[in-house]
Amino acid sequence: MELLMTIGIGTVTACAVYLLLRGRTFSMVLGLSMLSTAGNLFIFSMGRLRPGVSPIVAVGAESYADPVPQALVLTAIVIGFGMTGFIMALAVRMHHQTGSDHVDGLDPVQERRPEHGP
Amino acid sequence: MTHLPAVPIIVPALAAALLLILHRAPIVMKRTIGMGATVTFAVAALAIFAEVRSGAPLVYRLGDWPPPFGIVLVADHLSAFMLLLTASLALAVLLYAVQGWDARGKLFHPLFLFLVMGLNGAFLTGDLFNLFVFFEVLLIASYGLALEGLEVERLRATLHYAAINIAASGIFLIAVSLMYGVMGTLNMAHLAERVAEVRAEDVGLVRAAGLLLLGVFAVKSAVFPLYFWLPAAYSHAPAPVAALFAIMTKVGVYAIIRVTTLIFPGGEGAVMELTSPWLMPVALITLTLGTLGALGAQRLATMTAYLTIASVGTILTGVADGEGKSLAAALYYLAHSTLVIAVLFLVSDLLGRSRGAAGDRLHPGPPLRQAAPLGLAFLFAGATVAGIPPSSGFLGKLMILQSTMNGLSVVLIWTVILVTSVLTLVACSRAGSIVLWNYVEPDQPTHDRPPRTGEWIALTALAGCSMLLVVFAAPVTRYTGEVGTQLTSRGPYIEAVLGSGYDDLVRPHAMGKATP
Repeated sequence: MELLMTIGIGTVTACAVYLLLRGRTFSMVLGLSMLSTAGNLFIFSMGRLRPGVSPIVAVGAESYADPVPQALVLTAIVIGFGMTGFIMALAVRMHHQTGSDHVDGLDPVQERRPEHGP
Repeated sequence: MTHLPAVPIIVPALAAALLLILHRAPIVMKRTIGMGATVTFAVAALAIFAEVRSGAPLVYRLGDWPPPFGIVLVADHLSAFMLLLTASLALAVLLYAVQGWDARGKLFHPLFLFLVMGLNGAFLTGDLFNLFVFFEVLLIASYGLALEGLEVERLRATLHYAAINIAASGIFLIAVSLMYGVMGTLNMAHLAERVAEVRAEDVGLVRAAGLLLLGVFAVKSAVFPLYFWLPAAYSHAPAPVAALFAIMTKVGVYAIIRVTTLIFPGGEGAVMELTSPWLMPVALITLTLGTLGALGAQRLATMTAYLTIASVGTILTGVADGEGKSLAAALYYLAHSTLVIAVLFLVSDLLGRSRGAAGDRLHPGPPLRQAAPLGLAFLFAGATVAGIPPSSGFLGKLMILQSTMNGLSVVLIWTVILVTSVLTLVACSRAGSIVLWNYVEPDQPTHDRPPRTGEWIALTALAGCSMLLVVFAAPVTRYTGEVGTQLTSRGPYIEAVLGSGYDDLVRPHAMGKATP
């Protein structure tokens, strides 16, 4: 399970970095939310992976899951959600005002392209 | 237990929430609530300062849970100093904003208070995760403030600013949880204690987490090569907001100081100092590039934004040295640069507004109506930021130069600081002579909004604080000296938070040690 989790977090982070480095606001928003997802999974796994045990005191329980990372991850999810919502609104507004979804507001490829279409 | 340390967080938070509910209320009411909350916070900051000055750090346990299980707020000498600086800046900036700026955006007052709350929280918090939370609070408030008016330039600058900061927050979370995964705690005093006991095979992980954290703080404090977001974001923000942003880069510097002095103070194993090989070169490069940026700027606000970067470089030159004396010098410079950069942003705004369509661009514009006071204000700000004696900039730079006296790199540091000071002077003289002396007769009458009395009062107050730093240089340096001493000896901080009778009740799984 540790291996699966590691590969999963690594893949999501790699995709996030790739998307972040593209100059499009839509990919950037996707990349940021994937990065925060990877971060959340990472926090969660920092409490060690223990399936089937409870994080709170239970009668007769022998092993417990660490509750602190679970609390941290809840906070991180809420903040990440708020931030994603905000930057999405910002990106949409930018698209409305500039007519381009490039992060600089103007498309370097379209600028160079000749006026007449195919 | 005194509730004093909670006031700087609770009061702005409650007032901001109230202002959100009353967002349709008349502007006078909003101003009263905003001003009331800021004054209350300033009084609390003064009280904390007085309390801390006489003794050990103030520790506030939220919900009275004992640390390290509960969350604590800690006000030590450094926190009290930063709070007092925030309070002076916030009061002056708010006074400037209520002269008319605040009426443009419906949410100016609540966002302003949330930003102040985030700043105070970051300075007071005693654990790493809450540092992250308060960083997010102040950042999201700052996005809202920077966007005001939703012009395309502001949208673009804020989009870049938000994107890099959200990415940095993701890395912050990874670093914090890695720290927790290895050491089983997030309380900074507890981390400081535990870091010495980390097993040899985990040392690499702790150092990786520490360096990730410092990378994130470097983004927030706009250090080379992570400062490219700053000039656009700061120079396009509304003037009072930009003036308040003068302290936001300093939050990053504060976090760097806190983490390096408390958790990685130097020594063997995991406690090994993380910053020494690269912080000094990076600080000097930041200082150089910031100054060159100021020299090449096309607008007054851009020039000020680059000077913000240069000031961070100067402060970190002192921080990189790591000795108590150089930390003290860096803190004096931090206070000076925050105040003077705020003054410069406000003066740029007043000048820009008086020049009609030319704005604050460095092109000849129409003749100024209040040329003499505006010119004097700009002269004061420029001379102080460049470090002409007897300004606070001169004293700050002198102290940093003195504190780096012993060391091999002294020639390099002195050269960089002195040459950049001259270049800053050149940049300010160039900007001032273009804006104030070169003018063309306008084609059409300009619709300028002359500076109001309140705006002059706010500006004078900020400049007065900077002058007080010179007049009361002896007590201030004595205090920053105490801060430096307190930072380099970690014992009192750890003891104040964890208590001398602290018994290590819980051994986390990660430490892998048998319970005795």
